[in-house]
Amino acid sequence: MLDAKVIPLGAPSPRMKNQWSVMLEDVTVLRRTRTIIGGVSCQLSAHGISVIMGENGAGKSILLKAIAGLVQPASGHVRIHRNVAGRTAMVFQTPVLLRRNVRANLNHALKIARLQQGEARRKRLITLLEICGLNAIAEQPARKLSGGEQQRLQMARALASEPKLLLMDEPTTNLDPRSTLALENLIRSTSQSGVKIVFVTHNLGQAKRLADEALFISQGRLVEQGEAAPLFLNPRTAAFHAYLDGRLLA
Amino acid sequence: MASFSEALITAAGLIFSADAALFEIIGLSMRVTLTAVGIACLVGFPLGAALAVFRFPGRGVITVLVNALMGLPPVVVGLTVYLLLSATGPLAPLRLLYSPTAMVVAQTILVTPIIAALTRGVIVELAKEYDEMLRSMQATQMDTIGTLLWDARFQLVTACLAGLGRALAEVGAVMIVGGNINHSTRVMTTAIALETAKGELAVAMALGLILVLLTIAINASAFMLNNALEHQAYA
Repeated sequence: MLDAKVIPLGAPSPRMKNQWSVMLEDVTVLRRTRTIIGGVSCQLSAHGISVIMGENGAGKSILLKAIAGLVQPASGHVRIHRNVAGRTAMVFQTPVLLRRNVRANLNHALKIARLQQGEARRKRLITLLEICGLNAIAEQPARKLSGGEQQRLQMARALASEPKLLLMDEPTTNLDPRSTLALENLIRSTSQSGVKIVFVTHNLGQAKRLADEALFISQGRLVEQGEAAPLFLNPRTAAFHAYLDGRLLA
Repeated sequence: MASFSEALITAAGLIFSADAALFEIIGLSMRVTLTAVGIACLVGFPLGAALAVFRFPGRGVITVLVNALMGLPPVVVGLTVYLLLSATGPLAPLRLLYSPTAMVVAQTILVTPIIAALTRGVIVELAKEYDEMLRSMQATQMDTIGTLLWDARFQLVTACLAGLGRALAEVGAVMIVGGNINHSTRVMTTAIALETAKGELAVAMALGLILVLLTIAINASAFMLNNALEHQAYA
């Protein structure tokens, strides 16, 4: 049986030093009396894609919701860097779309974002439809779309607010490989445009494809964090090693 | 059965002879009812949504009160409005007593709690579904209420129809504040009450049948329109 222990995190790389987007300080999240997240402290890099990994029930999604401000920590602090504060958006595992067509869903998001008016808003809407490949289905009811289309719409809706920090909670879980590829391409291009992305997944292959920075969570505790490529090659804990090997954690 | 068949014949006669008095009564009924329901929707929709979304001290008390007011006795409302508008009442200078406006006021008071309570029930469920999505979009409370009301629009038609049913069938309050004055404040229900009192049961029943047919027609139209629009909007 492998024991997931919390270890002192390694020193941040020079590239990441003093550059952070999200800082968690001893964050604990409780559900009733049960500890979901237990004293997590870390800094997420300022740029690129930070992937939070872990088995089901590890607390990944709750941690993401704590960063988004959707869940209130029982103790500790979630700090969002001033460069990205107030410019966050979230993509959920199961899309909740308005009972309207694709265009109206996006228009609603643009209205709430209040970044453009009139003609500028209309142009932005057209751009978002194009970027996310939604042009052909713009007039279709959002809730009648396929899973992949719904996720792309959710992504477009998130981008409507021109976020600096995009939080994504297992958005490809229910998608086929083709839809997953389309969404991953969109995620990469969004990241390359300068948007910081925090991505939650339990899909190791996807984590390896996307991550610039990787975090591994087990039983509500942060077990590993670091630059993705070296961390995947040389995991420091038995728990993460087992996870990478596809062995089952008890 | 003789009086029932007589009523059917009388009803058909009233309709097909394009009886002016009948159409005047139907017209006033619809004007008063639709105005009252319209105002009640304008108040009840946001009130119900606010009770569903906002967290504030006393919210539970107000919710219980609104729910309780759904069963408000019409005669009590009629009497209250009467006392407010009567010559000795605080609103006497408005000179609204025995006018269609007074009837609209009474019906609005009766219908608003129904619409508000049913709206709250619908919005509470939708708010649970939309909560995280709207919060993650940093939607303001006004954005939230607007979004929820618009997305619940098809369910809210039911609330509106429930209010319409109550208003169309209402007799006690409009009788007290309207006075059932011929060519002025006589509506379907007060006319039925009058004809019954006069012993003209066939005419009363005929008017009743027309009222029922009218209610069915309105509900059927709303149902078909709602279905068509709903089908276009979402799965």
